[in-house]
This record gives sequence, structure tokens and C-alpha cells, in this order.
Amino acid sequence: MSSETLGNEIYTLRVNGQEHQVKDAWIGESLLYVLRERLGLPGAKGACEQGECGSCTVVMDSQAVCSCLVMAAAAVDTEILTVEGLGENGSLTDIQQAFLAAGGVQCGFCTPGFIVAVHHLLDSNPEPSDDQIRESLSGNICRCTGYGRILEAVKIVISQRRA
Amino acid sequence: MTTTHTVSTPTRAGTLGTNAHRPDGVAKVQGGFAFSSDMWSENMLWGATLRSPHPYAKIISIDDSAALAIDGVECVVTAQDVPGSPYYGLIMSDQPVFAAIGDTVRYCGEPIAAVAADHPETCKRALAAIKVVYEILTPVTNPQDCVSGIAPQIHPEGNVYRHQRIITGDQSIVGEVIVEGTYEIGMQDQAFLGLESALAIPDSGGEGLELYVATQWLHEDQKQIAACLNIPEDKIRLVLGGVGGAFGAREDISLQVHTCLLALKSGRPVRISYGREESFYGHVHRHPATIWMRHHADRNGKILKIESTMLFDGGAYCSTSPAVLINAITHTQGPYKCDNASVEGWAVRTNNPPCGAMRGFGVVQACFAHESQMEKLAAALGLSPVEIRLRNVMETGDRLITGQIMDSVAPVEQCIRETGAIAMPEPLLPNADIRQIPGGTGLTAQPGNIVRGVGWGVSMKNLMYSEGFDDYSTARCRMTDGVVSVKFATSEVGQGFTMLAQQIARTILGVDEVLLDTIDTQVGSAGSTSASRQTWMSGGAVKAACEKVLEDLFDHAALTFELSRDHVRIEETDIVDILSGRRIAVSEASKGISFDRTEEYHHPPTEDLDENGQGNCHVAFAFVAHRAVVDVDVELGLVKVVQIATAQDVGRILNPISVQGQVEGGIAQGLGLAVMEEIIVNDGKVRNPSFTDYLLPTFLDAPLVEMVLIEEFEPKSPLGAKGVGEPPCISVTPAIANAIRNATGRDLPRVPIRPYDICL
Repeated sequence: MSSETLGNEIYTLRVNGQEHQVKDAWIGESLLYVLRERLGLPGAKGACEQGECGSCTVVMDSQAVCSCLVMAAAAVDTEILTVEGLGENGSLTDIQQAFLAAGGVQCGFCTPGFIVAVHHLLDSNPEPSDDQIRESLSGNICRCTGYGRILEAVKIVISQRRA
Repeated sequence: MTTTHTVSTPTRAGTLGTNAHRPDGVAKVQGGFAFSSDMWSENMLWGATLRSPHPYAKIISIDDSAALAIDGVECVVTAQDVPGSPYYGLIMSDQPVFAAIGDTVRYCGEPIAAVAADHPETCKRALAAIKVVYEILTPVTNPQDCVSGIAPQIHPEGNVYRHQRIITGDQSIVGEVIVEGTYEIGMQDQAFLGLESALAIPDSGGEGLELYVATQWLHEDQKQIAACLNIPEDKIRLVLGGVGGAFGAREDISLQVHTCLLALKSGRPVRISYGREESFYGHVHRHPATIWMRHHADRNGKILKIESTMLFDGGAYCSTSPAVLINAITHTQGPYKCDNASVEGWAVRTNNPPCGAMRGFGVVQACFAHESQMEKLAAALGLSPVEIRLRNVMETGDRLITGQIMDSVAPVEQCIRETGAIAMPEPLLPNADIRQIPGGTGLTAQPGNIVRGVGWGVSMKNLMYSEGFDDYSTARCRMTDGVVSVKFATSEVGQGFTMLAQQIARTILGVDEVLLDTIDTQVGSAGSTSASRQTWMSGGAVKAACEKVLEDLFDHAALTFELSRDHVRIEETDIVDILSGRRIAVSEASKGISFDRTEEYHHPPTEDLDENGQGNCHVAFAFVAHRAVVDVDVELGLVKVVQIATAQDVGRILNPISVQGQVEGGIAQGLGLAVMEEIIVNDGKVRNPSFTDYLLPTFLDAPLVEMVLIEEFEPKSPLGAKGVGEPPCISVTPAIANAIRNATGRDLPRVPIRPYDICL
């Protein structure tokens, strides 16, 4: 892009516990774009660009947000957690394992957003009812599964954690 | 989920019949799976497409000089830059790569130019800087005008894609009971989540390129791209980029040729990734249709004759409209016996958005009409919805209205009875959680206004392609020093074929580890991931290739280990000589040897329909029944689908959780068509190209699904399995519509049923 439209300031984002410098970026870039195209974190997906589908869900300072609606430069000084930050040393979390065991993954495009949203849900409410699960995840659209296997996955995790 | 078992299943982990692990599963839950929109290359440019804002207009001039002057813009391509065929298309090559100066754009959103630049934002500014002068013309938007011939011709190939009738039996028969209706189906979008995306990387010599793309059929894309680029097919290597769902919308060319043209012109890698709005313009949709049907029955409810006319609006370009139409008219009778019929179908060209393949492929529209008719027939005869259907159920051996004999397993009666045996949901309690009532957390519904309704839908769906098309599939199996790898060009779009291929190889060859080669055009065609065909077709090809390697292994083992060649077989992971009882581990027997086999699977040939719509045009069929329970706020027109009960004819179950996922996912899409999903088109313009205005079922909209899988080995199928992808979404739509009719007493001849259809 031409020089007058590029931000000449360098800003820093803290993602998954690591500091990342963002250089030569256009100031209008969304957090989703910067994560995917500048920081090498493609886990969050873009599917609607208007906060309707939840594919781009990340956690920002303990709030689940649609990263397509957050300006990257406005996320400075926040703690950002993406799907890549879950699980230690490449291992799967109980939620990721349950999604696989229950058949909650088909095409997988909505999956990272769902995984982050379910982690956020169960962190804030360890024993949600079915209705609470449905409502909490109603901002994440899945076109393949019809949600049945995803509900099953969440319920598996709840009962495992209870035990 | 329950299953009516007739097929015994093995128990070794990862083999056929088990819930094997998806090979792409771990990457998908960790966010590391590379979808086509995640593809990236050093020195890559971004591409974007300029589209017509008018549904019908002549292009007077295109001036890209201001766009090229923008810092960061690398190149612009238009119709003048297309070296080969200016047109493409699956059945008829009638769709321009770009609309040319002096020619017309024929739908709102038609591509005119593409740019490549250093940043997506630069691309947007460049598109805005391209000046196109149009002479705006009056669009043809009423498909009926194309049938009657009063519409002006909007394309050199004419305004009718196909006109076909089916005439069979005695036309003079008049039923003692006659019911009729005219039904409308709105334009549904596939709305896959993973938007269209492709990355083209030009060869260093500039003669060819590599294209990573999310598609349903690599070889068909390759053929059409090569023709447009005027280069040999082997100069374009297509590699499947990760596919985020398809549902029919990736069968046609969208951005493939544009991406390649930009890469060849710039000499640099180029990626085009559509946004959601562009995606609504970039792919075909489910055909909106108007269907008139009249059923004649005797006093006992036996269907004597069906008359129907069907009009499908194919929009501006042909895509698969002729095949969609044939699917619709050949499924007029649904899963019921019928000896006499007169059906006339039209698929026409208008200036509305192009329509083509979507899950169910014409049968969705026909089924909404015939299942609405069955409800009317039941009411006219004083029979229950179940009874009228049971009195007419199709069976194996029946003659269809096309003259074809039903030679698939056809457990229609069992589908209906098993569905009916599923427990009804609890009644809605006065103190029910608001999330369970119509309107949900909007807190809009009054419990006193809520009425519960029950409705049925039953359907038949053809599997594989029809009318003489040999949609074969190819697979290669290699066993080298005990390591098995499988290669195919089958598009994995989320359905789990890669998992199934491993299951097949593990089962046949007695190994636990199966490597999957890259899915690309370096092996023969697999045909399209559509028409519920890949489990049957590519499953058949993988099976055939593995069996050839197994024969090689047996030959080798019999010689090396002195086994009886005619009496060896695989048990678990051993080769067993059943005469001597000797066992040799496959890992031991395959040491130091290498076998490599490539096989094609072809289904039995089919025929074209004759002028009276007679011919063995379909390969095989699957069946399903749905019963819907809905709660309706009759004052506000709000609907909550409470429960869907279903029994589906699936053949042999190869992976239970995958089947369950297909059934639940299909039901959600059928629910969408029933009560919320529609692309609204006025004067040829799409009014709701976004997920804010095109509503998809959310977690809260999804009903409780109770299913029975009817497992009966299909003898014609290589693995005994039937395709399970399409049937779930077909009859659930009329089942929900019939339930809403049951609750409201209204006619409701159109889907999606909108609140004002119910309450005004």
C-alpha cells in the first residue's frame, strides 16, 4: 500500500502470553486480519466479517469477542487468547478431545471458534444446563453438524470435569 | 440414536463399522488445519473481483487506468486477457469468465474485471477506481415469461435450459378423490462457512501453474480452467485446499480462472478470498421453483395418477439446471407407487442469480410439493398422515413413472413405522424455559398463544449422477515394505471421506496405519463430491485398489510362506491359511516388497430419458421419513421446531458417528429452508447478501433429533452402504411445513414460511 495509508507506528499485541510487534500495518486492519496475516496465527477464521458467525472467536481480557469486529490497534494492552494458545506443548485439551470423540468436527471451519467459545463458557460456568449451553454458543454458527454432536461434546466435558 | 442391525460389524479400531478418528481432526480442533483461505506464499499478491451492480446491462466501456495508477496495484485483467474460451460451464459453456465490452452482464454480481495488489484494502480501492459505463437494460425476472416466450432472449443460447415431460400409463383415469395445489420454494443458499478461496502459483517458466483451491471436483475445474487459459490440462496442477463445507456451491467455477489469470499476468502467486457478501454473488444457489401438482386417488387412498408442472428459475447461466430439473420431475411421485403420470418441467434462464447444485438437487423442491399433497390427500380421505403414506409405500421391484424398476433396497414402510415408534416430546410446560418457546430469548411469545403441531414428510433420493453420465472414480493403493498409502482426487469437504478411505484400507489389508497422499490431479478423476456419491463411488475405487494390492500380497505370501493361495484371507492384521491354520502377520508378509495398483470404479450405466420421460436414468435410491413437532405462536407467527424424529435407509453403516452427523446436519439445513433461509431477490437484485439478513439456524434453533438408522446391506453398492448426505435435508422441510399447517390450519403453500404467512 502507499505510504500515506500505512501506519508508521509499531504497536504490540500480547497473544497467548507472548508479545508480538506489528509493523508497517494499515491502521484499519482488524484483529482477525492481523492475527491471521501478520502474526502467523490462522486458527481464528473469517466467515461473515460482521460478528454473526463466531468463527473468529478469541478471548480478550476474559471476554469472548469476534476478532473481526475488533480493531487490532485497539487491542493493545489486552491479553488475547486464540485457539493456538490452548493445550500445553501441542497436547489436546479435554474440550478438543471431546469434540473429536463426539463427532463435533466435520468441515472444521467453525471448530476453532467453537473450541474457544466452549473454553470460555466452561471457565465462567462449569455446569451449564443444556439451554445455557445452547444460548451461550448461539453466536457460533455451524453449517455441517446441526449442533447435536457439539452439544454432546460439551456435555462429555462437563461430566468428565465433575467426576 | 438407535440402529436396526442387519450387518455384523468388525471390532478392530479404525476399520469399517467403527467410529474411526478423522485424520484431519487434531489439526482442525487446534486451528492448524490449512483451509484454502489460510494458504499463503512468499511474494503473494491479493486478488479481488469487480462485479456488476446491475442485473442486465450492456457494457459500453471499461477504464482501468486510474486503478493501475494506484500504488501497490500490480495488474488488472478483463475479458480481453482471456486467451482461451471466453466461457465456461458444467453442462453448457455459456458463462463468461468476464463480461466483455459490447456484451451484456446478465446478473447482479457478474464479474467484469479482477485486480491483483499488495493488500486487500488496495484491491478494494482499485476496484472502486475502475470506471465501467453501462447501458442499463430491463431485466427478465419472471421465469414464467420465459416459458410463455414473451421475455426477450437474454443469451444467444436462448431462455430455456431444458423442457422435459414424463408421460406414462393411462391419462384418462380420474380419481374419486382429487387434491391439487401450487407450491413455491424460495432460493436457499448453501452458506458453507469456509468462503471461496484459491491460491495460484505460476511456474517459473510462466507456462503453467499450480492452483490450491477449495472445490468439489478437481478434474472438472482443471478441464474448464485449461480451456479458458488455452493451455494443456497437464500444465495446471490442482491441489485441494482445505474445504470449509460445500453442499453443492463449489461444483461450478467461481474464482478459479480469475486467480490463474492474475497469477499468469503478474508472474507472482495470487490469492483471491471472497468475503461473505461476495460469496452470495460468487456461487450458484438452490433453484426457486413453482410446482403445481394434482393427485388422483381411489376411495381407499391408493394414488391412481399424478399430474404436475414444474418451473425452475435457473437464473442467468446454465450451471446444472438441466440435471436439477430432471431430478425434480423424476421424483414427482416421491416414495410412493404410481402407475399413471403426466409431468412437465421447465428450467429457464432469467436475469436472477444463477442457480445450480445444492444438497438435495431438485428433489427438495419436488418433495415439498408431493408431501404437501399427501397431507391434503389424507385430509380429503379422513386418513391419518401415516395411514395415507403406508397405503402407497414404494417397494423394491416397483415400476417408477420413468419406467425404471426400483432395484435398490427400499424400506419405505419401515422408515415410516420406525419414525412413528419414536416417542413424542414432552408437552410444552406452562413454566417452560424461555429458550424452549417460539421467539426464545426475545421474550415475545405468550404461552397462551402457543399451539403444538405434528407433521410428516417422507422422501426418495437418487444417488450418483444420472442420464448416462459415467461418473467414475479413481484410487491408487500402494504397499511398500508394509506401509500402505492411498491416493485419490476425492474432495474432502468435511464429510469424512479421508477417514473412510483409511477405514477401507485397514479392513481389507489388515494394517492399522494408512497414509493418505495429497488430494490433487496427479491421479485420475474421482468425480464430484456431490449427489451422495463418494462413499459409493470413491469408496468403491479405494476398495478396488486395495483388493488388487491384497491379491498381490496373497500371491507373494503364498509363494514365500508356502500357503494355499486359494485359501488365504485377512483376519485382523494377519494373513490366515484356513486350510492349515497358519497365520503370518501382514507386517511380516509385506517386508521388502512393493505393490502399486490404480483402479477405477464405474457404476452400472444409466440411460437418457426419451421424449416421454422414459428410461433407466438413475443408478440407485435411498429413503427417509421425518416427523416434525413444532410449537407455533399463532398471533406472532413464530415457530419453534421442538423435535424431529427420523428413520433413514442408510445401507451398511460404515461409521456410526459420521452418519449421525450427516443426519443432524441435513435436518438443520432442511429446517432452515422451512422457516428462515431465503435469498430475497427483487428486480434481479439480492437484498440480503449477509449473515445479518440471511438467517441460518443457530444452536437455539436446532431441534432435538431422535433417529433410527435402518441398516440393510445394499447389494449393488461396493461397500453395501448408501450415500447418507442428502436424504436428511429433503423431507424434513415439508414435515415442518405440515406440522405448522397442523398447528395453524393454514394452507402455507410456500417455504420458507415467514411469520407473516402465519399470523396475517
